[in-house]
Amino acid sequence: MTTASSRISTAFADSATMLRRQLRHVVRYPTLILTAAGVPVIFLLLFVYVLGGALGLGLGGPLAGRAAYVNYVVPGIILMTVATAAQGTAISVALDMTEGIVARFRTMAIARISVLTGHVLGSLIQTMFSITVVTGVALLVGFEPTADLGDWLAVAGVLVLITFAVTWLCVALAMLAKTVATASNLPMPLMVLPMIGSGLVPTDSMPTWLRWFADYQPFTPFIETLRGLLTGGTPTGDSAVLAIGWCAVIALGSYLWARKLYNRERPTARN
Amino acid sequence: MTVTSGRSALAVTAVRKAYGDHVVLDGIDLDIPTGSVFALLGPNGAGKTTLVQILSTLIRADAGEMRVAGHDVVREPDAVRAAIGVTGQFSAVDNFLTGEENLLLMADLLRLPRPQRRRRVAELLRRFDLVGAARNPAATYSGGMRRRLDLAMTLVGRPRVIFLDEPTTGLDPRSRRTMWEIIRELVANDGVTIFLTTQYLEEADQLANRIAVLHRGRLVAQGTAAELKRQVGGGHITLRFADARGYHHAARTLDVVSRDDEARTLRIASQGDVRSVRELLDRLDRAQLTVDELQVRAPDLDDVFFALTGNPVTEQEQAR
Repeated sequence: MTTASSRISTAFADSATMLRRQLRHVVRYPTLILTAAGVPVIFLLLFVYVLGGALGLGLGGPLAGRAAYVNYVVPGIILMTVATAAQGTAISVALDMTEGIVARFRTMAIARISVLTGHVLGSLIQTMFSITVVTGVALLVGFEPTADLGDWLAVAGVLVLITFAVTWLCVALAMLAKTVATASNLPMPLMVLPMIGSGLVPTDSMPTWLRWFADYQPFTPFIETLRGLLTGGTPTGDSAVLAIGWCAVIALGSYLWARKLYNRERPTARN
Repeated sequence: MTVTSGRSALAVTAVRKAYGDHVVLDGIDLDIPTGSVFALLGPNGAGKTTLVQILSTLIRADAGEMRVAGHDVVREPDAVRAAIGVTGQFSAVDNFLTGEENLLLMADLLRLPRPQRRRRVAELLRRFDLVGAARNPAATYSGGMRRRLDLAMTLVGRPRVIFLDEPTTGLDPRSRRTMWEIIRELVANDGVTIFLTTQYLEEADQLANRIAVLHRGRLVAQGTAAELKRQVGGGHITLRFADARGYHHAARTLDVVSRDDEARTLRIASQGDVRSVRELLDRLDRAQLTVDELQVRAPDLDDVFFALTGNPVTEQEQAR
C-alpha cells in the first residue's frame, strides 16, 4: 500500500531530521555526553585501583588479583555506561517535553513518534561514543580482551541492542515523569542493577535470596554475554539468547509504552 | 486542495469540553470567513487556549462539529495539521538551536522541496528582522525576537489558517506594535486566516474583523469592534479617594465596575466625554467627597465584561 509505505518513509525522514536536531544539541552543549563518559571512567578507576586488589583475590583461580579483576569488571562498567547515558536521555527527553517546541511538533503533519526516535537514535550514537571512551581507558589500565574481530562485531551488536532497549525504557520513564527531577531519578535502578548482578563480583558469592534475583535479572545475561565475547570467561550461548530476548521484550514494551504516554493529551497548566 | 475563497476557513458548532466537573467550553459556535482576522477575547481561564488546542488537534473536544481549512478536526487531523500554523503563548522554539537552524528544522519536517529550503529560511529571516541574530542560539534572543522567530517558524510551511494564542502577552509596547504590523501584513500579503486570542480589547480592536468574547466557556458577544464598543461604552473613570469615608460613600452610590479597597480606588463606568465627567464631578461635590486623583480611560477587558455580564473579571486572574 502506498499510504503505508509513504507513512514509513515519512517516519524515517522525520526521525532523521529529529536525529540531526539531537546531534546539534550534543555538539552545542557537550556537558551531558562528557558526564555520560566521565562517570563510568571514574567507577572503572575506583573499582580497579581501590577495590580491585581485594575483589580480585576473591575471584579465585591461578591468576587472581587486580589484573584478573580488570578483565572481570569491564563488562559491568560498560553496562553502567549504558545506564548512565540512558539516564542522560531521560533528562533530556523530560526537558524537551517542557519546551514549547514539542507542542509545535504535535500540531504539525509529521510522524508523531519521530521526536522520541530522534532522541533514541541520538542517544545510541552518544552511548557508543561513551563506551568507546570507557573501553579505551580500560585498555590503558590493563584490560586484556581475547576477542577476535568477529567477537568485537558481536559485542558492538549486543551493545547496540542493549542500549536501544534501555534507552527506550528511559524515554518511557521520562514521559511518565511529571518533572525533570523525577525523570532523572526514575532510571536510578538501572544504575544499580549491574551491581546486583554479575557486574562486580560473581553471583555465587552472594546470599541465596540475592543470588536468585541476581541470576534472573536481565543485566546478568547482558554482562555474561559481553564477558564471554570479550575475554572468553564464560560460555555465551544461553546468556546470549537470554540477553537478546530481554532486549526485544524491553525495547518493544518500552516503545509501546512511550508512544502511548506521548500521545496522551496534556492540557496546559494555565487553562 | 481547498482554496476556500468565500468559504469558511473555520466552522465549529456546539463545541464542548470539560475536565471532570469543570466545564471549560460550553457550546461554542463560530464561523470565520477565509482571509479574515478573528479575535477571541477573554481573561485567563476563560477557555481560550483550550479552544485553540482543540482546533489545532492537540486535544479532543467532548462534543461538537469542527472543520478547519475544510477538514474535519477529529476525522482528518493530519489534513488539518498540514493546513494550519500555531504560535502559542509559550515560546515554541528550540532554545539550543540558532534561529536559522530552527527555521531549517521546520523546512525539513515540512519536506519543502530541497532547493527551496534555504531560500525560504533566508526570506523569513529577512522579513522578521532576524538576519543579524540568525547564527545565535535562540536562548540568547529577547522576548520580542523569540516571538518573531516563533511566528516565522509557523510560516515556513505557508499555512492557510494561523492560530495565534496571545501573541503579544508579555511583550513590551514596542515589540507588541511590531507584532501587530507583522500580523496585518500576513493578512494583507499572504491572504491567510487568523484566529487570534487576546486579553486586550485594544489588540482585538487593532487587528480583528470580528471579535467574540469568551466568558466562562461561553461566547457572550460577537461582532465587529465597532459593534462591541457600542455595547461596551466609552470606557471608565478611576477615582482615588482621600479618605475611607468618602471612598465607602462613593462605592455605595456610584456605578462601580470594580474596586480596590486598599488603594481606595473605584472604577466607574462612563462614556468618558466631557458631559459625563462633569456630571460625575458634580455628584462628588454635592456629596462633599474629596478625590485625590481622577483618570479617564479607554475601555479594556474589565469594561467589556462589566457591560456584557454585569460582573467585572474579579474572580479570575485580573487582566493587565
